[in-house]
Amino acid sequence: MSKNAAPPPEEPPLNPSPGPGQLFMAFAKAGLMGFGGAQIWVRRAMVEERRWMTERDYAEVLGLGQVLPGPNVGNAAVMIGRRFAGLRGSFAATGGLYLFPLIVLISLVLLWQGFADNPDVSAFMHGLACAAAGMVIGNAFRMSGRLRPPPELIAIGLLSTLAAAWFRVPLPVIVLVLGPVSIGAVVWRMRRAG
Amino acid sequence: MTPAAWDLFVFFLKLSLLAVGGANAAVPEMHREVVELRGWMTDATFSQGYALASAAPGPNVLFVAVIGWHVAGAQGLVASLLGFLGPTFILAWAVASLTQRLAGDWRLAALRAGLVPVAIGLILATGLVTGAAAARGSGVEVAVAVTITLASALFTWRSNLSPLWALAAGGALGWLLLH
Repeated sequence: MSKNAAPPPEEPPLNPSPGPGQLFMAFAKAGLMGFGGAQIWVRRAMVEERRWMTERDYAEVLGLGQVLPGPNVGNAAVMIGRRFAGLRGSFAATGGLYLFPLIVLISLVLLWQGFADNPDVSAFMHGLACAAAGMVIGNAFRMSGRLRPPPELIAIGLLSTLAAAWFRVPLPVIVLVLGPVSIGAVVWRMRRAG
Repeated sequence: MTPAAWDLFVFFLKLSLLAVGGANAAVPEMHREVVELRGWMTDATFSQGYALASAAPGPNVLFVAVIGWHVAGAQGLVASLLGFLGPTFILAWAVASLTQRLAGDWRLAALRAGLVPVAIGLILATGLVTGAAAARGSGVEVAVAVTITLASALFTWRSNLSPLWALAAGGALGWLLLH
């Protein structure tokens, strides 16, 4: 693994760092779109649409956000906001992420009694839930395809999937067991590369 | 602040730093406290609120806001969210400062790179678990549901178009075929 921070050749160059206003807008859009979890949409905004971060950089921030308590995407918002625009950036990103979905959700709660038993609505929501799950799966493949991890890291990733989805191992256990193994594998490859 | 809103604030404050893996990981504990111990919500309201929070756009952690809203209105909503998100905000902020101070240190680089496979593996697991939960109904409906999930996965993976198209198509197919 090279120490070179430059993005891989297929990634276009990064855009200038955003201010709090731009962060708020980007996270607000990601939050509002965020069916199946806002993480996918935050990644899309940061890495593909706005080009503020490289794929690897985003994945590493998300990895930290995952092991910290609280929502992974919420933690990522705090860290990304801080990096680009300090405390105001963290508040802007966090506020953007939660504000509009919160309004939508409370409206749904208030309206729910009106359409809870509507078969059209529940059939639509069922199809939407399937597509959202597929989106999360496809996103995992998209990220790993672009990161091109060595085989031992692919194996560790698949082990995490198996442990969580099949064996239902509690998340802290997965992080505490496979996290150090994975870090060890990274160190081993760094040493081998010199 | 009303006593109920204060109780919510304290409960979610205590739960916050235990919620490794996000709100979903803490849902069983919320259920125990809110439904079983305090009787603030019925089992049905709790499940319905959870289903709504999962189906609505945005982070699933907003389920916390639904609980607050049900128990103590707007004050409860604000109290619950502040209690749950406040400590994690401060911790994420502190960790971000630390990583910026240690930038260039090879041990930090190894830590950051090492957590990536686990994070992506867990994202994949989330998709598989929610996909399996959505594959329900009669035999034909299960086949339709799995097809929508796989097609959406393929589209998100291989296409540069917005995944919003996959969601819209999934909803439309559901409306046509999953009655």
